[in-house]
Amino acid sequence: MLSESDWGAIRLTLELASVTTALLLVIGTPIAWWLARTRSAWKGAVGALVALPIVLPPTVIGFYLLVAMGPNGPVGQLTQSLGLGVLPFTFAGLVVASIVYSLPFVVQPLQNAFEAIGERPLEAAATLRASPLDTFFSVVLPLARPGYLTATVLGFAHTVGEFGVVLMIGGNIPDKTRVVSVQIYDHVEALEYTQAHWLSAGMVMFSFVVLLILYSLNPTGRRR
Amino acid sequence: MFAFLFRFSVFRACLLALFSSPALAAQVQVAVASNFTAPMQRLAADFERSTGHQARLSFAATGKFYAQIRNGAPFDVLLAADDEIPARMDKEGLTVPGSRFTYATGQLVLWSATPGYVDSQGAVLKQAAFRHLAIANPRLAPYGAAAIETLDKLGLRTALQPRFVQGENIAQTLQFVASGNAELGFVAVSQVFEDGRLKSGSAWRVPPGLHAPIRQDAVILERGRGNPAAHALIAYLKSAPARAIIGAYGYTD
Repeated sequence: MLSESDWGAIRLTLELASVTTALLLVIGTPIAWWLARTRSAWKGAVGALVALPIVLPPTVIGFYLLVAMGPNGPVGQLTQSLGLGVLPFTFAGLVVASIVYSLPFVVQPLQNAFEAIGERPLEAAATLRASPLDTFFSVVLPLARPGYLTATVLGFAHTVGEFGVVLMIGGNIPDKTRVVSVQIYDHVEALEYTQAHWLSAGMVMFSFVVLLILYSLNPTGRRR
Repeated sequence: MFAFLFRFSVFRACLLALFSSPALAAQVQVAVASNFTAPMQRLAADFERSTGHQARLSFAATGKFYAQIRNGAPFDVLLAADDEIPARMDKEGLTVPGSRFTYATGQLVLWSATPGYVDSQGAVLKQAAFRHLAIANPRLAPYGAAAIETLDKLGLRTALQPRFVQGENIAQTLQFVASGNAELGFVAVSQVFEDGRLKSGSAWRVPPGLHAPIRQDAVILERGRGNPAAHALIAYLKSAPARAIIGAYGYTD
C-alpha cells in the first residue's frame, strides 16, 4: 500500500502545514488587525500585496523565492551573514515559502472577522478601562473565533495542497522537502499509478473532510 | 462598428500571413528530452529553413514524456534521453516500427557555476566541502541514473546521498547549480558546452567508464505515422549538417 517514503512524505507535509499555520496565525493577526482598523492610505496597497499569492502562479512565487533566497539574493545574503546558510532545499526554506504562499488564506478571514466586530465592543471595553491588550484578548479574540477557525483550516489545507513552489525550491529531498504533492507527482511520472492513487485518494478525502468540518462549524459565516 | 470590423479583418489577414506556411509544409510535434534543448532549438531552426516544415518543440524529462504519450499526448516524434524507454515503447506498439535510431550519445559532466570549483579529476566530490550536490531525479531522467551509477562506481553514493538535491529534469538540475543554490551538480555536457568549449564555471567531464553510455534514441510515434514532417525530421537528424550541430554540443555519435 503505502511505502516508507510515502509515510515520510505524509509526516513531512503535516509537519510543514502545522508549523506554517502556527507562524501564520502569529504573523497574520497584527497584519489583519491593522488592515481591519486602519484609515491609512496604504491600506489598499498592503491589502493587495497580501492577496497577491492568490492570483500569482506558483512558478512566479517559486522563481522569485529561489532567486531571493539563493546565495546571491538579498534574503540569501542576510541568512548567510547570520550563519544560517541558504534556505532553498531546506525545511526552513519551505516554511518561509509556505508562509508567503498561504498568507492571504489566513489574513483575509481574520480581517473579515475583525471588521465584523465593529467599534462598539471596543468602545464598551474602553469605558470599562480595559487596556488595549486586555481588550484584544478578552473581547476581540473570543468574538473573532470563527475567523480564527477559518484561517487555521484554510492556512493548513492550502499549505498541504502546495505543489509548484515546493517543486521549484525543494529539491525533492526525502524527509526534508519531499511533500505529498511532490511524491504523488513522482509516482505519476514514474508510472507507479497504484502508489499515486493511494496518496491522491488520501488527499481528496483529507481535503473533503477539512472543508466539511469548516462548513459545518461555520455555516454561511453569519456569526462573524 | 464597420471600421472595427474592417480593422479586425485586416488584423486577421496579417495573422494569417504570419502563420500560414508553404502549401506542402506540415507540422511536427516533437517531444525533446531536456538535455537536448539547446541543440534542438538550433536544429529545428535549420530544419524549418531547409525543409519548409514546422517543428513544434516541447521539453521535459523522458520518463514524463513516456507517461504522457501512453496517455495520448499529441506528439509525433520523441527524442529521448536514453535508449531504454524508446525500446520499451517499441515493444508496446506506441511507435512506428523501424524508425528508432540513436541520434546522439550523451556525456555526463560535473559542473559548478564557480570558476575553479570543480577540478579536472572530479576530486572535489571527495573533499565534501559543499552543502548540495544537484542531480536529476534518477527515476525519471537517464542523466540522473547515470549520475547515481557514477557515484556508485566512485564509492561515494552513500556518503553524498544526504546532500543530494533532485531536479525534476536535467534542465531544472542545471538551474539549481547555475543559480548557485547548489554548489555543483551532474548535468549534460550539452548544457554547459558550446562549440567544444565550456561556457562558464568549472567542469569535470565524467569518463565514459564510470557509467553506461547514454545512448539517446529517437522514434516516430504512432501519431506521426502519416506525417511527412515527422519522417523529414528523422531524415534530417541523420544528415551531415545536423550531425555537425549535435557534435558541436559535445555529443558523440
